[in-house]
Amino acid sequence: MMISIASGKGGTGKTTVAVNLALSIPERGVQFLDCDVEEPNASIFLKPRIEETVSVSIPVPRIDQEKCDFCGECAKICAYHALAVLPKKVLVFPHLCHGCGGCSLLCPQGAITEQDREIGRVEIGHSNGIEFIQGKLNVGEAMPTPLIRVIKEKARRRGRWTNPASVTVIDAPPGTSCSVIEAIKGSDFCILVTEPTPFGLNDLILAVEVLKKLQVSFGVVINRSSMGDYRVDSYCQENHIPILLRIPFDREIATLYSQGIPIVQEKKEYIEDFRQMMDYIQELLPT
Amino acid sequence: MKIGITAKGDNLDSEVDPRFGRCKYFIIVDPDTLEFEAIENFSIEASGGAGVQSGQLVATKEVEVILTGNIGPNAFQILQSAGIKTITGASGKVREAIEKYKKGGFKPVEGSNVNSKFGVLEEKNRR
Repeated sequence: MMISIASGKGGTGKTTVAVNLALSIPERGVQFLDCDVEEPNASIFLKPRIEETVSVSIPVPRIDQEKCDFCGECAKICAYHALAVLPKKVLVFPHLCHGCGGCSLLCPQGAITEQDREIGRVEIGHSNGIEFIQGKLNVGEAMPTPLIRVIKEKARRRGRWTNPASVTVIDAPPGTSCSVIEAIKGSDFCILVTEPTPFGLNDLILAVEVLKKLQVSFGVVINRSSMGDYRVDSYCQENHIPILLRIPFDREIATLYSQGIPIVQEKKEYIEDFRQMMDYIQELLPT
Repeated sequence: MKIGITAKGDNLDSEVDPRFGRCKYFIIVDPDTLEFEAIENFSIEASGGAGVQSGQLVATKEVEVILTGNIGPNAFQILQSAGIKTITGASGKVREAIEKYKKGGFKPVEGSNVNSKFGVLEEKNRR
């Protein structure tokens, strides 16, 4: 089964929940996908041994200025304005290109060929029996989505994902945009991590809207639960959203985090909390 | 000869829009006769590539010079390739910017003066 961890607001503790959940259920056969490709950080805690690196590219257009008659069809079809056709020149803006291939398909002169441009890398390895895959978007790149697609494709091919007994844990990016949707897509369940602050609540509500659209079951983890106010609780109650776990605002947890140590490694009592959360999720899933 | 000016409104008494890619209107004007055409800029809604689209739009209007507040790298590259001179730092009313231009008060720039997405941030800050 596939469980994604998302949040809306950044910095609420997605990676903390994802890593500690993965480490608490070793008997399930865990696959861990760090899909927060703009700043992947789960490896800091899981310390995987990377065994394979795959370069990920998107095809960008290259114009044969000899064949081109500047008809402008390519610029017209490009939804992302990656092409500019001037009276005697065509300009390509590779960073705006989403690699859909529409321009080369439609060019009446056959003047467009495609050229691969690397946008990032996917790294595959292991960490204490956990199959680990992460994406690293190259600095300055604007499109995480194709990279996330490759992470999930690699994970799917490795088989664990289709085995109902094993668990694929997905650490999603923050926010509610394309990259989040790509990361969550296909999940059996999504854990939304939030904090009891006005910002946490605001972005939680946005994330809930996304999950309803995607028709993915979800529940909430309230991190730093001993601070802030009760509005997240009230919201969850009013909307019948299950609260899966509360992690207190604890100096010890913060210290462990700052040292790159998973909570369950040092505070064993949390293993039981994460295992219970997993059982709860299992109960919530349609059978 | 015609010049293009980024404007917040559709006439010569409108304010110059400091953004190029995401300006509200392009005023295409003959600085001598002040005869003009106002073109609404639909790129203002684009999530990305507004400068590219706007650059292409003005390139079809046979202007020699663009007067604006700021210009980003993609738009500048297009204008340069199309042989259009770019002038940044224009402000006040469109009419005043034309006057200043006619008196030789502006110099074309050699490159962009703001980064990509400047116009998006500018809009957010104003809210």
